[in-house]
Amino acid sequence: MAPSRDVSVGEIFLAFLLIGATSFGGGVVAYLRNSLVEKHHWFDDDGFLELLAITQALPGLKATNIAILAGDRLRGVPGAVAAIAGICLPGALFMYTVGVMYRAERDRPLVEAALDGVAPAAVGLLLATTLDLGRRSLSRVADVVFVVLTVLCVNRLDMPVPVALLGVGALAVAWFAFAGRRRL
Amino acid sequence: MTQVSALARVFGYLSLLTLGGGMAAYPDLQTLTVDVHGWLTLPQLEHLYSVGQAAPGPNMMMIVSIGVMTAGIAGAIVVFVAFFGPTSLLSWTVGRLWSRLEGRPWFDAIQRALAPVSIGLLLAGCFTFAKGAVTGWVTAAIAVLTFVVLMRRSINPAFLVMAGAVAGMLAFGRV
Repeated sequence: MAPSRDVSVGEIFLAFLLIGATSFGGGVVAYLRNSLVEKHHWFDDDGFLELLAITQALPGLKATNIAILAGDRLRGVPGAVAAIAGICLPGALFMYTVGVMYRAERDRPLVEAALDGVAPAAVGLLLATTLDLGRRSLSRVADVVFVVLTVLCVNRLDMPVPVALLGVGALAVAWFAFAGRRRL
Repeated sequence: MTQVSALARVFGYLSLLTLGGGMAAYPDLQTLTVDVHGWLTLPQLEHLYSVGQAAPGPNMMMIVSIGVMTAGIAGAIVVFVAFFGPTSLLSWTVGRLWSRLEGRPWFDAIQRALAPVSIGLLLAGCFTFAKGAVTGWVTAAIAVLTFVVLMRRSINPAFLVMAGAVAGMLAFGRV
């Protein structure tokens, strides 16, 4: 689990910079595994799975949280800072440029038309990523009930996200703590 | 200056909602940036969010573009730190305490319970986003096609985002 040798902050930054520049959206965890386990041998399979398990119940993006955890285990706080800076820099610069251009350009009907086509493509992409994630992490009838309940609270009852999260979350914790042994 | 501190508050708050992924915070992102603060319009938010899906790396980097549009480079930096600071600190802390937390029954129950809730939050985010993005049969067709292709083949989603752009230009463009 521990790194086989001392890894420098610079190496950490470069490895995560490369992941940040080449990975896309939902697939970023696969890129992380590929780099940290297969290419650099900084973690073995169990070590990487543990990082993934830690991020499971935490808010924040999986990719940036894994970067923090991996960087911290490799080189303490400087390692964690180098890892998150590296993985975010390419995308942040890209979106910074987009933001500057988007603010400057007012009347460009063709760009607006293109973006009106990009938005529904993003809907399909986000939905596919979410369903894929759900298929891998959910197994019981109770899971489906809590998914539906959460969606209804946010979309139908217009609850703010934290209210739905705490409400359904408390119910689900109670269920899995006390009734969960019934295997439903 | 007041804009910058409002950006810090809003994005610090939103970061704590991103359970399971950035999409979980989308409903509140829309309410706060569009309805409450008016930093951008709903179509602008939808556009930037979808372009963000084609950006490399972690998929919420689009927050940087809201920062720069609202308050220039200071806005971009503040938004980034506010959005990634709190959750990074939290994971760092839990990472250090992990050996003491793992295996505790109450901790396992929380972890197990949050799995379906986080998927529910992500789906709810998708539906809120879809309400603004799918406005007619052309956009509905683009959404369904992208979804079906992704469920059947593993393909770099950036290509599908580009295909969406071309379809949008053909369907809605006036030269």
